[in-house]
Amino acid sequence: MEPVAIVQGTAVPLDRSDVDTDQIIPSDWLKRVERTGFEKGLFSEWRDGEDFVLNNEDYAGANILLGGPNFGTGSSREHAVWAIQQYGFAAVISPRFGPIFKNNSTKNGLVPVEVDIETAEALMAAVQADPTLEITIDVERATVEAPAIGLSSTFDLSESIRHRLLNGLDDIGLTLQQVDKIDSFEGSRPSYMA
Amino acid sequence: MDTSNSAGSSGPKTLIEKVWDRHVVHAAEGEPSLLYIDLHLVHEVTSPQAFDGLRLTNRPVRRPELTVATEDHNVPTADIDQPIADPVSKAQVDTLRKNCDEFGVQLYSMGDINQGIVHVIGPELGLTQPGMTVVCGDSHTSTHGAFGALAFGIGTSEVEHVLATQTLQQSAQETMAITVNGELPEGSTAKDVVLAILGAADTGGGIGAIAEFRGPVIEALSMEGRMTVCNMSIEFGAKAGMIAPDETTFEYLKGRPNAPTGAEWDAAVADWKTLRSDEGATYDREIVLDGADIVPFMTWGTNPGQVAPISANVPDPADFDDPGASDAASRALEYMGLTAGTPLKEVPVDTVFIGSCTNSRIEDLRAAAAVAKGRKVKDGMRTLVVPGSGLVKQQAEAEGLHTIFTDAGFNWREPGCSMCLAMNPDKLAPGERSASTSNRNFEGRQGRGGRTHLVSPAVAAATAIAGTFATPADLD
Repeated sequence: MEPVAIVQGTAVPLDRSDVDTDQIIPSDWLKRVERTGFEKGLFSEWRDGEDFVLNNEDYAGANILLGGPNFGTGSSREHAVWAIQQYGFAAVISPRFGPIFKNNSTKNGLVPVEVDIETAEALMAAVQADPTLEITIDVERATVEAPAIGLSSTFDLSESIRHRLLNGLDDIGLTLQQVDKIDSFEGSRPSYMA
Repeated sequence: MDTSNSAGSSGPKTLIEKVWDRHVVHAAEGEPSLLYIDLHLVHEVTSPQAFDGLRLTNRPVRRPELTVATEDHNVPTADIDQPIADPVSKAQVDTLRKNCDEFGVQLYSMGDINQGIVHVIGPELGLTQPGMTVVCGDSHTSTHGAFGALAFGIGTSEVEHVLATQTLQQSAQETMAITVNGELPEGSTAKDVVLAILGAADTGGGIGAIAEFRGPVIEALSMEGRMTVCNMSIEFGAKAGMIAPDETTFEYLKGRPNAPTGAEWDAAVADWKTLRSDEGATYDREIVLDGADIVPFMTWGTNPGQVAPISANVPDPADFDDPGASDAASRALEYMGLTAGTPLKEVPVDTVFIGSCTNSRIEDLRAAAAVAKGRKVKDGMRTLVVPGSGLVKQQAEAEGLHTIFTDAGFNWREPGCSMCLAMNPDKLAPGERSASTSNRNFEGRQGRGGRTHLVSPAVAAATAIAGTFATPADLD
């Protein structure tokens, strides 16, 4: 994956809780065997509605998706991350992510910014009031800032994920550095497990 | 206590920590643990890009014999002797066949007696065993936790990681005890237990944790019932759900094709008996329910935490204290076409779906057939009874269940995921309402604009007969 250090830009406010991965990318899109071309499927059922926020011209060009609590719950489909990323978002902000979605994000360089509920609500209100609000996410410092409203907050990011995002590291390559340990572990497995 | 911290400590451990600790290949401060994976299940939807990744990097599948694949999500449940009509679905299934052939992975294809929903075939073939780590590119992998395995869903990048290394990098999780005391009232089932748990935990209550289900109600469940409960762990956000193995577990496994035999069986059982939480082991979170309170439940909204007893009315969003929950309830009622205050038992249903990795095992079909026997499906009701696997179908037919269903007017199908997620031709039309034994009532889950209510197999069958939501007791 590509390294990511700073995400700077504007955000789309998706002000609802429990946005599951079936909404992010409906199952019809999962039949594809490719890894690209999922941007058209992003929120495809909701996008048919004129008043859906992604159709609002005021938010055109935004590169941050601002969600409510329990964003990305449900299915393990990594296609949800691919769709968000391929549409043009580089980060998603939410007070709480579905765990598989969050994990999948970090494998693709989509920054999951898990902030406290007060920060999430302040950002939601501010972005709804001003679509041009500039937001900066700093992966190195694990901070999210919106200077125009005096907001500066940190988010939860483990050292190992920060390191992988900043350097665009391939997990498989890292794990294969431990191949001796895997070999030796396999030698110690119970015989009934084969 | 983080599970990673327990390694090497001599204090009492939970089942979760015991299974986690015995799979740590490598652990270092500030890094996720590297866990060994004993069983990797694969299906056609989340694997093609992972196999592509292996090809791009010239990596083989490290342990093809610990990897088993099946075709389930896309497969039609009628006319399976014909080629798959949808060219995109067909291409995906063909891709799996090609990948399994190229990388040496065992595949159970449409029409094979061992084919079926990935979370049905793993246990019934004896592949899933206590104390194992089991993963699959599918969030309902938590099902296998019913055997005391640590089983969880992963994304496609992690599928590729397991294929290449037979390990996964995993961050420490909290531990969560879900204790169900007492006993269930007559007429309540494992599905009602997990719907009640979802009502208590909500969709996010398990995020960051691995759950252990325990207590007399859980211990009294059959393996099928335990699988139903563990299956829906992800619906409250838990990474996995586990139940300590016991005689019920061993009895289920004994003699299955991939279960150990002879002296190996004895050694395995002796080992499996140690997989219980120690006296005094502590959990980071706990939920306690009284079995006596668990009546037949159903969902009324668009996430699995929005549950109510079938005897209740459609809730009023104004009655929710939390503004977020109230807002979500309003939105859900609008999508579901429901009015607050309406008795749920008066809501008419168009389609009944009995199937999915939650409720398509032999015991589920027996429960539904017991209700259907000698009765007739309501005029105009569409029904699908979809066994979870070829073996379940064969067993059901040997018991004559298919005749009970077809005599009552139910539609008896071939195995697959079917209308749980509508990737095959079994879909709801816009505005159509289902009573479904599956696991997700998300918007559009069973077809664009479709309205899904999650129920137990017995309630699904009773609803097919009554035409509105009903328990078997309501039919008398």
